[in-house]
Amino acid sequence: MIRIRNVSKTFHSKEGNIEALNNVSLEVDQGDIYGVIGFSGAGKSTLIRLVNQLETNDSGEVEVNGVDVKKASSKELRKLRKNIGMIFQQFNLLDTRNVYENIAMPLILEGWKKEKIEARVKELLQFIGLEDRGKTPVNKLSGGQKQRVGIARALALNPSILLCDEATSALDPRTTESILQLLKTINRELGVTILLITHEMSVISKICNKVAVMEDGEIVEQGEVIDVFSNPKSEIARNFVQTVISDRIPEEIFNSLKKEGGLNNIIKLTFKGENAKSALVSEINKEYDLKTTILFASVNEIQNQILGVLILRLKGSQEEIDKALDYIRRTDVKMEEVNVND
Amino acid sequence: MIEQLLGISTDRLVNSAVQTVYMMGWSLFFGVLLGIPFALLLVLTRKGGILPRPTWNFIINGIINLVRSVPFVILLVFISPFTKFLVHTRIGTKAAIVPLTLYIAPYIARLVESSLLEVDSGIIEASKAMGATVPQIIRYFLIPEAKASLVLAITTGTIGLLGATAMAGTIGGGGMGDLALTYGYQRFNNPLMLATVIVLILFVQMIQSIGNRISKKLRG
Repeated sequence: MIRIRNVSKTFHSKEGNIEALNNVSLEVDQGDIYGVIGFSGAGKSTLIRLVNQLETNDSGEVEVNGVDVKKASSKELRKLRKNIGMIFQQFNLLDTRNVYENIAMPLILEGWKKEKIEARVKELLQFIGLEDRGKTPVNKLSGGQKQRVGIARALALNPSILLCDEATSALDPRTTESILQLLKTINRELGVTILLITHEMSVISKICNKVAVMEDGEIVEQGEVIDVFSNPKSEIARNFVQTVISDRIPEEIFNSLKKEGGLNNIIKLTFKGENAKSALVSEINKEYDLKTTILFASVNEIQNQILGVLILRLKGSQEEIDKALDYIRRTDVKMEEVNVND
Repeated sequence: MIEQLLGISTDRLVNSAVQTVYMMGWSLFFGVLLGIPFALLLVLTRKGGILPRPTWNFIINGIINLVRSVPFVILLVFISPFTKFLVHTRIGTKAAIVPLTLYIAPYIARLVESSLLEVDSGIIEASKAMGATVPQIIRYFLIPEAKASLVLAITTGTIGLLGATAMAGTIGGGGMGDLALTYGYQRFNNPLMLATVIVLILFVQMIQSIGNRISKKLRG
């Protein structure tokens, strides 16, 4: 649906050149909610703007439904943009107009008849749950309501793609949650493919099925959300995952272990999907002559899959411990030895 | 009563006021008609604008600066051949409209330019993302969003214009300013001078408060 291949983009300014994107490739399939995460300045905002050519790529290709958007004529590009809705962090609504007029704008630009516009806007108002706010000036709305109006405006022409530029970053947690649920509904019920950028890993964990992690203009990691969450490879991805899923031994426990010199043979197990149901811990306890202490445990649901993190301390003879570790290695459960010296 | 105090006929006073309004009205009309397209061109063609054309921008900028650097008194007489070509006379109230327009148009262009630049770039970005054409961006996004600020800009321009009309007497344009200079200043008629100044002050107050009110209404 969206194919970005080997794209680079450099901004030139008097203070010097800024390489916003460096050989970035990414593929969004029909029906995806694809999330791009990174800190500000990572290039994600430039990346999302390539899709509707609000920014142009210096090199590489950006294809939307098989069309190279950079090569499109300005007429073709406008047609393409009408098939790609976009919502923004600051909403970008027309402050001088009311809710109805804001939502009607793309339809007015298309030259729709008044009655047709009225029917469509009414439908959209209902969809976003603001049926009775049509005449309200947009500056009288709350942030969440403004974003709903932005969403309705973006969906007015039934686009097949929705771009979300930090759509929830200016909202409080509760409003964020409701906007995310709305995006999910749009994806499932209207079949709209969503590409979003964010700096909050919780947004990714709640609605995305695929994720790309960006740093300094490059994608350092990408894949299914559950895979990146259960097995982050890069330092930055690990940090992002930790903002949602803690995998640290609580300080209290850590300190008391340190006092009694028990900071060895600590392992971290990550259970994913089916293997979350396995009874690995009790099996070890039964099969080998050792005792296990649970130092930390958490269970999260990501994309309808269970992701569990368990940190254990094994006590027993080294021989038995090694055997147990061997046994765990043969299962699907991911195991890491926790180095507590750092 | 008034005639005795000021030493001129009421007719002349009224006539001067009418001349001022006449000159202001027409030159403002033409000035806006010329100034806004220039302002739009400036905003559209600037670097990072909707249709970046650095060379065009450079040329338009140059023209505006050039016209603005000529002091109005000099402009009045300097362009008299052009005035004659347009209105078939070099002197009088009608003739004054030409230099007044030429004076106010680039000023309005600059004022309108800064109003248009105030429009949130995010809104322009949203309009592009919607697939709007350039004329649509101007009509549905740029102008409506800048409306309130545009009214204030044109108000400022109008008041500047009022000051310029005082010099129209140089080419026989008449008006309140001319009245104050020829009958008040040169004949040492201080009451008349004072009276014209008061009328001009009232003019300015009126224009500014009308402008403020419309702008406030547009802001909603």
